[in-house]
Amino acid sequence: MKKSPKLTAIAATTCALTLALAGCGGSSSQSNAPQASGADSIISVYGCEPAKPLIPSSTGESCGGNPLDMMFSKLVRFDKSGKAHNEIAKTIQPNEDMTQYKITIKNGWKFSDGTPVTAQSFTKAWSWGANASNAQLDASFFDNIQGYDDVQKAGTPSDAQLAGLKVIDDHTFTVDLKSASSTFPILIGYTAFAPLPEVFYKDTKAYGEKPVTVGPYNFKSWEHNKGIKLVKNKDYKGSAVVKNGGLEFRIYSDTEAGYADVQAGNLDVIDSIPTSAQKTFQSDSNIKAYNEPGSVAQSFTIPTFMDHFKMDEEGRLRRQAISMSIDRKQVIDKVLGGLAMQPTDFTSPTIPGYSKNLKGGDTLKYNPKKAKELWAQADAISQWPADQTFKLAYNSDGGAKDTYDAIANSIKNTLGIKAEGTPVPTFSEFRNNASQRKYRDSAIRSSWQPDYPSPENYLKPLYASSAADGNGSNDGDYKNPEFDSMLLQASQAKSVDEANKVYQSAEEILLVDLPAVPLFYANAKGAAAKNVDGFTMNWKNLPVYEELTK
Amino acid sequence: MGKYLLRRILQMIPVVLGTTLLIYALVFALPGDPVAAMFGDKPVNQAVAAQIRSEYNLDKPFIVQYFLFLKNALTLNFGNTFAGQPVISVIGRAFPVTIRLALMAFVFEAIFGVLFGIISGLNKGKWSDQIILILSLLLISIPTFVTGFVMQFFFGVKWHILPATAGVDPGFIDLLMPAIVLGSVSMASIIRLTRTEISTNISEDYVRTARAKGMSNFQVTVRHILRNSLIPVVTYLGADIGALMGGAMITERIFNIQGVGNTLYQAILRGEGTLVVSIVTIMVMIFVVCSLVVDLLYAVLDPRIRYA
Repeated sequence: MKKSPKLTAIAATTCALTLALAGCGGSSSQSNAPQASGADSIISVYGCEPAKPLIPSSTGESCGGNPLDMMFSKLVRFDKSGKAHNEIAKTIQPNEDMTQYKITIKNGWKFSDGTPVTAQSFTKAWSWGANASNAQLDASFFDNIQGYDDVQKAGTPSDAQLAGLKVIDDHTFTVDLKSASSTFPILIGYTAFAPLPEVFYKDTKAYGEKPVTVGPYNFKSWEHNKGIKLVKNKDYKGSAVVKNGGLEFRIYSDTEAGYADVQAGNLDVIDSIPTSAQKTFQSDSNIKAYNEPGSVAQSFTIPTFMDHFKMDEEGRLRRQAISMSIDRKQVIDKVLGGLAMQPTDFTSPTIPGYSKNLKGGDTLKYNPKKAKELWAQADAISQWPADQTFKLAYNSDGGAKDTYDAIANSIKNTLGIKAEGTPVPTFSEFRNNASQRKYRDSAIRSSWQPDYPSPENYLKPLYASSAADGNGSNDGDYKNPEFDSMLLQASQAKSVDEANKVYQSAEEILLVDLPAVPLFYANAKGAAAKNVDGFTMNWKNLPVYEELTK
Repeated sequence: MGKYLLRRILQMIPVVLGTTLLIYALVFALPGDPVAAMFGDKPVNQAVAAQIRSEYNLDKPFIVQYFLFLKNALTLNFGNTFAGQPVISVIGRAFPVTIRLALMAFVFEAIFGVLFGIISGLNKGKWSDQIILILSLLLISIPTFVTGFVMQFFFGVKWHILPATAGVDPGFIDLLMPAIVLGSVSMASIIRLTRTEISTNISEDYVRTARAKGMSNFQVTVRHILRNSLIPVVTYLGADIGALMGGAMITERIFNIQGVGNTLYQAILRGEGTLVVSIVTIMVMIFVVCSLVVDLLYAVLDPRIRYA
């Protein structure tokens, strides 16, 4: 190799400099904050890269679900407080025993490609979503519709229709349910029940990148890893009052970065607060903070197959003793910075049907004296081995460590037994262990976020016998025929209010059995930039996006 | 020379095969079921899960999965991510950003590292050397994420001098702070390295000879001292390019840069074997190429080294 001495010394750096200059040719003149203000303003909100294409029945997670919810009207729409109102539906009429619904839809609703919304827009979409061949994550939401089991069989043609859906005319269809359900008119407000246009079936893959929708906002663009842009739908006919010109979901992979951007005024709204800012965000003068009771119910399940905690007299005494031994107020104040609320039931404060005055609600209150008494009574039946530890399993990637250490300490100090939190590194591994029933002698962390605002969405998937044995999220295999019959009774109730009363009685059974020990309701918290107005959060702990202005 | 190059390039084949197998096995061995995790807290619909597993070959034994991946990779078909996007396009989006960031950090650390190293080395023991020494020690001892968060808070949030995060389409200004944060630790190491080399070489016989021959001070410094001092620095810089790309993960998270580190981190969390392996393979190749370039540069800097 021929050498050229004068150049060599700086060869390495010069070469890299040239490369870098070539590589730095990106646009450096980006404007982070959209300029327009008032009714045309585009609001930038915290988002994350969707884990699935933008198809209503496949987006169970919030990254894709939040933008989708803003783009799709369903038959009913939930207001801020979680009450359901007819949106595309004109009437939703149940039969005598609540097993069949006749649904009529309003005239004049159109998808963003101009095609009308008809009864088929719903029936075909639901059938497609329920069909196992189409591998939709939310398929189980259709499981109460007749014909569901047929389309769940392997090898079902992808356009097979649910037998329980019958189109009467363009604006009317009926739904036959497998079992009575008074909450069906609420369930159909969930994202998976959105109508789909004909163009969807032609190329579902292309649709998932660029959806044709009907709702408060229209889809504008999705740049992967950058953002999803929505614009106000001028032809929208529903009840949502859209006060801004559009939304831009910016993609973040970390709330820390999103929060810093809100502080710096580069991002308008973030719907969660990073752990590092939880103690300071309410007094931070750079932002507008939001902090109100929320819908996420935190508890830990004590499996019914765990020794000394079976569903017998001893087990119930011990469950109640454990529950009363936890100083929840102290945990909330000291560990969670006061950003949570003590539990009074098995749902949450933002859900219609939430109650503060359930019979037996004392079991959820800190009472060290009573706890010790109950534990001693249980010991009289069968002695708790002195060297045995009461274990609490949780996943350590969700920031639950401090909470669970505090809870274990509280139990230890009150009852004088050994107690400790036993972490598993990832959520995925944790859920895997729980669903394979690997936690045979330990309590299991549970954090439940609702999909539709009804107590049913808390009680049925978590505590019904039908959700036990691996068929749902009843990780402790709790089975109580009395509780099940209450759920059934609630689903046959004539109105939502009546159903909610029955659900409350059902919860009173849970307060005696304590299949899970409620810990707290995590607050809905978020932050908005200084110049943003109208920032509130809804029953689902999400910003009321359409009311944001600046 | 040509033979040497060919041999080095052929060596890449076993390296790439070995790493892909290893990484694939590691991702496969991760606890937890990636398909079940897609359902989150909700109950897993077994029929749907089975459908997804067969779509991504996750129902087959490990070694079959690996060979299917290799077979497809040979035809440049790296498969789809769980989000239904071609792995190739995910990589195509992530790498340019990270390369841009890594090169900016590289230029920063190379220029300032060598510059301050020279100043420090030529003025050994004087006050300028002392100050540079203290500053470089300080930078080496502070972890990247501390520098990152502190700079982000002061320059981005408090004083609004630079963007707090890189934003969706990062340009030069947006990446300036992340690049400085990313390059700062290596820069400090380069300062130390250059300083030591220069202060050793400055008292060598051949330097004295050169001066005795009447060469100007500048010529002595550039032709003799620098040239010999930079060999270890070039080695360090070459190896650092790869490290900068991989090590960008923390910086990318702090400044929300949707680059390789971020993509890799999320792919590991989701248990997406094909995506992890594809990214790592490319990074391995970058490492290998970088070390080859460094080895070739030796010959330029040191005439005694010849490759045959």
